Amino acid sequence: MTNHWNDLQHTDCALIIGANPAENHPISFRWLTKAKENGGKIVSVDPRYTRTSAQADVYAALRSGTDIPFIGGMINYALENNLIHKEYVAAYTNGSFIVKEGYDFNDGLFSGYDETKRAYDKTKWAIETTEDGKPVKDETLAHPRSVFQLMKKHYSRYDVNTVTAVTGTAKEDYLKVCKTFCETGKVGKAGTIMYAMGTTQHTVGSQNVRIYAILQLLLGNIGLPGGGINAMRGESNVQGSTDFGLLFDNLTGYLGAPKATVPEHATLKGYLEKETPKTGYWSNKPKFVVSLLKAWYGANATAENEFGYQFLPKGNKNYSHINLFNAMYKGELDGTFLFGTNPVVGGPNAGKEKEALGNLKWMVAVDLWETETSSFWQKEAGSDPAKINTEVFLLPASASFEKEGSVSNSSRWMQYRWKAIDSRGEARPDLDIIHELALKLKKLYANSPKSADKPFLALDWNYGTGEEPDIDLVAKEINGYDLKTGNLIASFGALLDDGTTSSGNWIYSGFYPEEGKNKSKNRDNKDTGGEHYLNWSYAWPMNRRILYNRAAADPSGKPWSQEKAVIWWDGAEKKWVGNDVPDFKAVTAPTEPGGTGAFMMNKDGVALLFAPTLNDGPFPEHYEPFESPVPNAFSNTQLNPAAVVIEGDFNKKGDKKNFPIVATTYRVSEHWQSGSMTRNQEWLSELAGHMFVEMSEELAKEKGIKNKDKIIVSSARGEITAYAMVTKRFKPYSVSGKKVHQIGMPWHFGYKGFATGDTANRLTPHIGDANTTIPEFKAFLCNVRRAD
Amino acid sequence: MVEMNLNRRQFLKLSGATAATLAVVELGFNDKKAYAKSKEFKIAKATVTPTICCYCGVGCGILVHTKDNTVVYTEGDPDNPINEGKLCSKGTTLRQLYTSEKRLTKPLYRAPGSNKWEEKDWEWMLDTIAKRTKETRDRSFVEVENGVTVNKTERIASLGGAALDNEETYLLAKLMRGLGVTYLEHQARI
Repeated sequence: MTNHWNDLQHTDCALIIGANPAENHPISFRWLTKAKENGGKIVSVDPRYTRTSAQADVYAALRSGTDIPFIGGMINYALENNLIHKEYVAAYTNGSFIVKEGYDFNDGLFSGYDETKRAYDKTKWAIETTEDGKPVKDETLAHPRSVFQLMKKHYSRYDVNTVTAVTGTAKEDYLKVCKTFCETGKVGKAGTIMYAMGTTQHTVGSQNVRIYAILQLLLGNIGLPGGGINAMRGESNVQGSTDFGLLFDNLTGYLGAPKATVPEHATLKGYLEKETPKTGYWSNKPKFVVSLLKAWYGANATAENEFGYQFLPKGNKNYSHINLFNAMYKGELDGTFLFGTNPVVGGPNAGKEKEALGNLKWMVAVDLWETETSSFWQKEAGSDPAKINTEVFLLPASASFEKEGSVSNSSRWMQYRWKAIDSRGEARPDLDIIHELALKLKKLYANSPKSADKPFLALDWNYGTGEEPDIDLVAKEINGYDLKTGNLIASFGALLDDGTTSSGNWIYSGFYPEEGKNKSKNRDNKDTGGEHYLNWSYAWPMNRRILYNRAAADPSGKPWSQEKAVIWWDGAEKKWVGNDVPDFKAVTAPTEPGGTGAFMMNKDGVALLFAPTLNDGPFPEHYEPFESPVPNAFSNTQLNPAAVVIEGDFNKKGDKKNFPIVATTYRVSEHWQSGSMTRNQEWLSELAGHMFVEMSEELAKEKGIKNKDKIIVSSARGEITAYAMVTKRFKPYSVSGKKVHQIGMPWHFGYKGFATGDTANRLTPHIGDANTTIPEFKAFLCNVRRAD
Repeated sequence: MVEMNLNRRQFLKLSGATAATLAVVELGFNDKKAYAKSKEFKIAKATVTPTICCYCGVGCGILVHTKDNTVVYTEGDPDNPINEGKLCSKGTTLRQLYTSEKRLTKPLYRAPGSNKWEEKDWEWMLDTIAKRTKETRDRSFVEVENGVTVNKTERIASLGGAALDNEETYLLAKLMRGLGVTYLEHQARI
């Protein structure tokens, strides 16, 4: 989230799309309710009329997988009706930048496309620069090759009639959404866009988020209280685990993992030169990288050995979830660790993921429960145990309150959890398990003369001498030290690239600035102004609660409006002041060079309406999902041209003839993710005890299905049985005059626990987004029939 | 009451009757006038520890009441500005994560081809896991690829971590990359 939960109360309009916070983030809704009491509006856009929709002032339905047309049409509406915040756009975005000749867009394809590689040559989307490398601008936004004019042209194709014919939205509902949300383009108003996995789990997932950001920038809504782009995280620490680099392509703090396929990455010097922009805050990257290497390799990281850079693994491909399971399916993996994760329920095309596990030699599962994944070899799972040779180690883990440590919520607030009780039975905290495993491995490798073992032996692992690791030492290592004095480092601003500082995760550096001051433990809940609660917990980076808050002031440093003031330039004090920590250099005056660069992480200090960095185009463009019941109305390019398709048995594709119904998955309040945490509890199991499939009255009638009938849902990947829930919450769509049905179902169920049911993900496909490879769980094709 | 609140803002643990009284007062009735005054409330003399909910990304505060080595009660933390004491259905039932009969309480091992779990001790489990990790790593380790130092194993994967604490995710990422693991993923992708 750019903003935070408590800040939602300041919004004039919350556009909730691809999310259902009333059910899935229930407590967030108290702040939306407060916003309503303050006169704010709630707009809900969802294929299904959810409990969020029931609380909304405006509801509009859209067919799954059509966010880009929906928002693209809103962009067009805002531009045509002159509802944008033009001064904001000119000052704080790259709307004024001139795109080089050579950029083109034709029939769904941007210039530079290579069909055989399914990839673009992004140099075809470059910005024109002056001799000293600065972007050429036209601040009147009138130049025909300015980003603004190219964008205007791109989205002029997204007129209301074309859009609603694709999304299936009633035209009057659509116009109501446009009018209500675009009101926030006025100075003194702020709108927020809130989203979750309904947005991201598509072959165009990244561009879905991008198009929300473009709309927000045009309306001048980023950086303001009650504004922003707010991703609602589904797990208590999925923010933290992402920040800490548990993804193949990121080290900690969003530092890219080195690659064997990039020649420059062969050395630290080459890696830093290649990956460090000359301007913007990321120009400090070498300090963060070297400080990380010092945290990981300690005294074994020296200037002479590139600070241990060569110890890091260098991959040569995309190792993301889908590819990982494809490799496992093909027998390319021997061992797998699973920490509190249950892909046999939660993974896409889960039947295949279960099969893949049988090809492992060994598997380690650390969990509170026996899950469908750790017991995949059982008869109950449909397996023949005698034929499965995987050795399985199941380790009992402590619950969150049986240990201590911090978690980062969606607002980036790092809050501490204290230990309330000793672990149940012989369960142990994950920290102890990871630590002891590391020590045992260190012992096995001790004194090895082999060069292959050097990287692991060089890994610095010193967390006390007791049986359990000293968590305080881990926390301090994350914050980092001044290695010359041995003192904790005050913040990432003090990190250096010469090996004299360390920090395990630079974006968190500053949460533990001195002995005894772990700020994630801060519990002073007094409102410090603007409901930011600056002394409650710690928000990375630097305790900033609203990111890009420099943009809440005009270029001269005055708030755009008193209603939405956050920080402003105090000429007498010669610094930025206000109720939040400035997301800006505190002493850089608006008149100084860089003084208006509100988006300081970007190399030119502006936000990107035109993003020449994405794999699938500088502007979001509509493509149909991998499985779709209709041809793409916007071009002859049906599927995202940069999405990577895995062919064959691992990823069967269904056609619209056999599977004419659009399906999506979702969650219910009483269960959580794959259900292992909630289906193993009595009360929640009783509250939501059965797998069901929600469908419209019209579809039920066509299929001869009544409410509570047992039905079978099939896709190209498999079949599941469930109860039919016939409701008015789904309605058939009229898509280009053709009737299209959509159904939805929860993805929480499996055969373990008190509440059991078939697994929705047996139906979903192994296809991923062009940038992140996140699977397309949220739009696929199926068919339904009665079970008897 | 006021004094209690001031203490609670910075506290680690509250214990004894004061905490119980506080909780009762928050529930809106006076224990002195309660009919069954002689009977002790279940949460009297309980230890109260603040935690953060383990479910979604809102990050609600919860107070965990423990007594006689069990969790006797959980409630929303009124001091946490995010939820101000309120909780959803999942947060409300946090206690059952401790009390559920389905909790794993011992390490379990399944041998190749076997149709059952066997109980094993931690030492054996971790020793064997370390051995398997080393065997696979040693057999598959690649030091150099096309003339570039790569120091990796592509035959071990690590999945998960979104339910772990920050300190745990940090050590997990450090250990796995330290071993050369490239298949490193978690729930942010799914």
